[in-house]
This record gives sequence, C-alpha cells and structure tokens, in this order.
Amino acid sequence: MKQFLLDGQPVPFEDGQSILEAARQAGHYIPSLCWHKDFPAHGSCKLCIVKAAGRHVSACATPAKEGWEVESATPEMNGERRALLQMLFVEGNHFCPSCEKSGNCELQALGYEYEMLTSRFRHFYPDRPVDASHPDVLLDFNRCIFCELCVRASRDVDGKAVFALTGRGINKHLVVNAESGRLGDTDFSKNDLAARICPVGVILHKGPGFAVPIGERTYDGQTIREQKLKEES
Amino acid sequence: MSALPPSPAAPLEALLRRHGHDPSALLQILIEAQDIDGWLPAPTLTQIAAAIKLPRARVEGVAGFYSFLYDRPVGRYRVLFSDNITDRMLGNRALMDALCRKLWVEPDKVSEDGLVSIATTSCTGLCDQGPALLVNGRAIGQLNHRRINEIAELIRQQRPLEQWPTEYFQIDDNIRRRDALLQLDMLPGAALAAAVARGREGWLAEMQASNLRGRGGAGFATAVKWASARNATEVRKVVVCNADEGEPGTFKDRVLLNTCADLVFEGMTLAAWAVGADSGFLYLRGEYRYLRPQLEAVLARRRAAGLLGKGILGEAGFDFDIAIHLGAGAYVCGEETALLESLEGKRGTPRIRPPFPVTHGYLGRPTVVNNVETLAKTCLIALEGGTAFAATGTAQSAGTKLLSISGDCAAPGIYEYPFGVSIARILEDCGASDTQAVQVGGAAGICLAAYEFQRRIAYEDVPTAGAFMIFDGSRDLFEVARAFVHFFAHESCGFCTPCRVGTALLKGFMDKLNDGHGAKADLADIDWLDRLLKNASHCGLGSAAPNPVIDTLQKFRPAYERRLVSLDFEPAFDLDAALAEARQLTARDDPGAHLQTHEEDGR
Repeated sequence: MKQFLLDGQPVPFEDGQSILEAARQAGHYIPSLCWHKDFPAHGSCKLCIVKAAGRHVSACATPAKEGWEVESATPEMNGERRALLQMLFVEGNHFCPSCEKSGNCELQALGYEYEMLTSRFRHFYPDRPVDASHPDVLLDFNRCIFCELCVRASRDVDGKAVFALTGRGINKHLVVNAESGRLGDTDFSKNDLAARICPVGVILHKGPGFAVPIGERTYDGQTIREQKLKEES
Repeated sequence: MSALPPSPAAPLEALLRRHGHDPSALLQILIEAQDIDGWLPAPTLTQIAAAIKLPRARVEGVAGFYSFLYDRPVGRYRVLFSDNITDRMLGNRALMDALCRKLWVEPDKVSEDGLVSIATTSCTGLCDQGPALLVNGRAIGQLNHRRINEIAELIRQQRPLEQWPTEYFQIDDNIRRRDALLQLDMLPGAALAAAVARGREGWLAEMQASNLRGRGGAGFATAVKWASARNATEVRKVVVCNADEGEPGTFKDRVLLNTCADLVFEGMTLAAWAVGADSGFLYLRGEYRYLRPQLEAVLARRRAAGLLGKGILGEAGFDFDIAIHLGAGAYVCGEETALLESLEGKRGTPRIRPPFPVTHGYLGRPTVVNNVETLAKTCLIALEGGTAFAATGTAQSAGTKLLSISGDCAAPGIYEYPFGVSIARILEDCGASDTQAVQVGGAAGICLAAYEFQRRIAYEDVPTAGAFMIFDGSRDLFEVARAFVHFFAHESCGFCTPCRVGTALLKGFMDKLNDGHGAKADLADIDWLDRLLKNASHCGLGSAAPNPVIDTLQKFRPAYERRLVSLDFEPAFDLDAALAEARQLTARDDPGAHLQTHEEDGR
C-alpha cells in the first residue's frame, strides 16, 4: 500500500484519499472545523493546514501522494493554527461562559487543544442580531465561523437550501431562504440534518437549556483529539 | 430617502426570458435587473429566484457578493470616485469632498431627495488620466475642481448623461511606445487564416515554439495550457478571455479592448482552433462596462465576415462564438477559478485546485482562461511564426510586454517594451525624476527602491501583469502600503479564515499606526500576520495581500517607525475619538467637547 510520512510516521493511503482522511484513519489527528466526513472537502477554515513537501496546503483538500513528507504537529504549524483560532474568536462574538454550546463546541475545544490563552488580536464586535422567529430553533449569528456545514447539509441532504452566505470579506454573513430574512418563514425543521450539524453555537434548539450540565459534555471529559479519532475509527 | 415607485414587472420578465431562465446567467440577470430601478429590492430577488428555480438565499448570496449590486436604494446619479493610490496622489479625496459639499450629501449615503449618492470604488483603470470617477457606469477622467463644479451643476439640473458634454467621456489611449503588438496593422482574419492553413496540430506547434507565457502575471506557458485543454476527454470546450483587469494601476487591457479588439477576439478564435472549443466568453470587468457596445459591434462585424459562427473561414467543423459577460466590481474574479464561478453566475469564490480549469472549468468543461494581452499576442505568432516571436525578449520571457505607467512621471500611459528592459530605462522614457520607489505588478506586485532600478522586467527577474506606478521623493511609502492594504481588505472574498480576518486585522494595524497609536509590538504583529497570510491563504489574493507591507517594511522602514508613539505598547482605543458620535449628535465640536483639551484645562 502507498504511504506518506506524517511527522516522520508512515501513513498508508488509497488513491484519491486526502492527507486528512488518511491521517485520521491511521489514528493521527489533524484538526478541522469545516471538514465533515460525509461531505466533500471545503477548505475554508484552514485549521488542517500542513506543510507537504515544503508547501503549505489544506490537508482536507489535498490528495495524499506517495513518499510525501508532511509536517503537522510541529510548533510552527500549531502556532499558525492557534492564530487562525484567535482570528475566528475575534471576528465574531464568542462568550463561552454563557453559551449553551459550551463543552460541546468544536471551536472552544480546539482553543483548549491548541493552548489558546488570549485572543491576541483586537475584537471586531460585529453587530449580528439573533433570529428567534422559528418555533423550535434559535439562530445566534454571533458565533458563525462560515464553515458552511449548515448550508451544505440543508442543500445536499435535506434538499431545502435554507441557508446561504452573502456579503464579502469580513462582512460575509449567513442568511436564510426567505424574503423576510427570518428562519420562521422558511421550511426549516428541527429534524433536518442542518439543525444538528453546526460545530459551534449558531443553530440552537429551543426548549430546556443546559439539559446536560457543564462538566459532563462532549469535550469536558476528553479532548477533541480523542473524541474525533474515536468517532472516525 | 424617497423610495422609488414599484416598477411594472414586465421588464424583469422580459430579461429573464431573454436569458432563457438560465441559472448560470444569474449574475448577468442581476446586473440587468438592477438597471430597472437602480438597485435590487427584495421582491425582485424573490421573483428572479422563482423564475430561474434557484433558492432565494442563493440569489441573495450572489447579489451580496458584488460591489456594484445594491440591496438598498442608491442615488439616481451614482458617483463612484476611483480610489487607487494614483487617484489619491492626484487629489481625488478633495474633489470628492467638494462634490459632496456642493450636492449636500455625505459619502456613502443617498441624498434626501434620492438624486445622488457618492462613494469611492477600487481602481477603475484610468490611472494615466486620473483622478477618475464612474457615474452610472460611465467613466470620466481628468477631474479637477472646474469639472467637479460642472458635474455638480449637471446633476442638480438632473440632466441625463446623454446630454453631458461628450468630452467628459473621452477616454484616451495614451500609447507612448509601440513595439511588435501595438505596431501591428492586421486585417481581421489574417492571423486566423494563417493558423487554419497550418492545421490544428501545426498551429499548436507554432505556439509551442513561441514560448509565449501568460501576460496576466502568473506566466504559465500558454501552449501547455492549450494542449492540456485539447487533450481533455470532454468534447465541449471553452475559451475564456480574462478582461477582469482589476489590479490597481493596470489599464493596458482597457486600451487593447478599446483599439485592438479585433486582435483580442482573433486570439480567442485562434485558441479555439487549437483546443477545439466551440464557445468563448469575454469576462469584462464591470468598471469597463462602457466598452461593451463597441465590443459587441466588433463581434457582430466578425460574425458577418465569417470569422465567428459556424464553419469559420469555410473550415467544416470550426464552430466558435463569443459572448460578453460582465463582472460587477469584484477584484477576486480576476483569479481564474473565481472568474469561472462568476461566469457560472455564482459568488466569485476561488475553487479548490486540482482539478484545474483545463480539465474541469466552466460548467465542468475543459476551459482555457487567458489574459487579454496573451490572446492578442497569439496573432503575432500566427502571422510571423513561433520562432520569430521567441527571438525577442529574454531567455525565459519571449516577446514584448505592455506596461501601464502612472504616478509621478511626465508622460503616463501605455508603453510596449521587449522583455528584459530595465526599470531605469523605463523611468527615463516616461520622464520620471527624483524617483523614490516603483510599484511593479500592482498592489499584489513588488515595490522596488532606487537601488533596484537596474533590475529588469521579465518573469525571471521582476514579473508583472503590467502595472507600473511611480512614486517620487515627496511620497510617503507607508501611505502607499496602507492604501493597498485597504484595497485587499475590501476585495477579500471572505472564503478562508486567514484572508477574511487577516486582511481586516492588517488594515486595523495600518490604521492604528496612521492614527498615531502605533508601537513596536504592532510591527511584530504585522510581520506575523504577513507570514500567516502568505502561508495559509486559499488563493493568490490572500497570499499577495501582505506584499506591499512586507516590501515597504523592509525597504522604507523609517516611514513606519516615525509613526510609532512609544517603543513598546500603545492601545488602539482612542477615548476622544470614541466621543465623536456624541459630538455629532449634540452638534458640538468646541474644545470643551474634546477629552484631551478638557483634561489640560483641568490641569
């Protein structure tokens, strides 16, 4: 079987497999936010950035190549990942202590994983009103990281196209499929895949909050590294 | 703000029909739909979405991507001042302020009566005859206070653009130096006839012998691109001419399209002959929309002459035609995969590569994307042969290059040189003196200091898409870099984290320095951001965005250092500036309304 070297360790792969898929299959964690095993690579969050044959590439979107030397868990790459996480934190409004998603949030878990101790950069404090118009689901756009997983799930699996991105650059934002701009006026349902796929705390279910207490949530007892490798093995 | 009365749906339905309710024509539909009311009201987007069977959110996503599409009313006269650094050096800001004052309107807002709105826009490609503006898509150059007074009066009188003095809209070519391409006087069809006579294989062999490389900046071998597309399995192939000339300081494609459109279209047809393509697109940047009528006329003439359409030059099976697609104010669409997305009517987000356009391009078909100048040059190769073409220039850069020269010099305009010409020679020819720096290749290019003026224009030394902006000793290179950083932040598509947030952060740092709050720690952060943008960005926009800062920090560091207030750390937050809104609300701007003065009084 063909293989490449990830931080010096051989990783086998099949033709067409990405660096990230092959690595995770072999039990090596490369972080990601926008990547999902059931969808084609998106390549926007850039957390899976690795150095392959000396070049920076997205591990999720780059097919593995025989004999490549790939650097991932190096101080350099982890430093860049930490900076990318800091960027995601400052461009939105993330108040972990009061967030229903705390402990289940992949962004927060990655902040811990990559030892992000401060936000480093100045905060943007964008003005992003929440949308509570839907009977079952609340949208808190303050936490959006533009991974487009809800966009893709709704379009490709639910067959509804409830979500889309509009605007450009730092003004890019999520919109819903209604002239009023309100989720309540779309055909969105709490049973949609898009309702369960958000890696952060944008799409929240109404009803009892904090049903699972803080301290007993997905990433409270184990790191995102352990959890993701378990999920995918 | 007076809302415009709802217009009848008839024109919208007519244009939807004209586009065959085709979802891939969405951007063209939106551009034309906006002509009805001047902006795109929410119900219009809903109606378009229903008619072309796309989710409404997707239509809203596309409409929100392009700078020239508006989701709220704009003035009936929509004035956009070109805001390249060369326009700023010629005083565009003072002129814009003057026009705003005369028309009682604030920048970025619509006048109370809905008559006029005034704002800035990225470089409009009139750097050799700036300061420039666009009014309802028509370009006006050579602005001065007198012209601004006249424009204010015409707008106040609500005079239609057709009745404005025609000399306003006179755009000059300013061709100052001609070489092989600009000297060429070719009868339409002559190059095509020569290539057809050689056969498809023979023609491609000539292209290979010519060593022609892409003139858009990247310098990829054109014949290799063509051969890959020809060898791709899918039968329906496409040729795209990239006329999204958005790089600040570049305007050579505007001149080629204005005076040598036949060469450009003939080049596209030559590419089609080589790769076996049946459809072609000219992707014309929205800023050049005023060129469209004359370009359509050239296309019509070529169709009538049998140079486009079925059986070109009587050659059975040589079927090819060209359609013009408009952009709408998005620099990133100059990136070839973003351009293809835009051509398909989507947001201009660069694709993941591979696959490359030569195998999976427009609508998944093998597609050749070439720059305007590259395509025009192929006519020379068809007429004179590949070996003759390869004889000029340098070892790795065959042929000539068109330079768009602007900034501090006596004779700005278009200069055509064989590759290998030195910066010093160019500066001498265009009458530049006391030159401090030259920005070659636009905002994404390289900033050269005086000690580098012996370097040469060539892919192996100083590569360029054609921009050449000159800054004399009176200019502040920090201001130049800051203008380019603003440009990239405005033009980032926002797809990937490093570019979306990084360009905005970089802009913040440059503004902090400019506002007098910079410290050494900021320079270290700027360095770090530069590296991250370069390494981690999804496309060339993000990785080129820090170039102006990297170069000027290295070569003109004092311009940064004299802005630092303390050596270590200084917060970006300015308490007095934060009171600006309160001052505006209370209509106060006296010394007592300012914090620092107040404190000093107290002492």
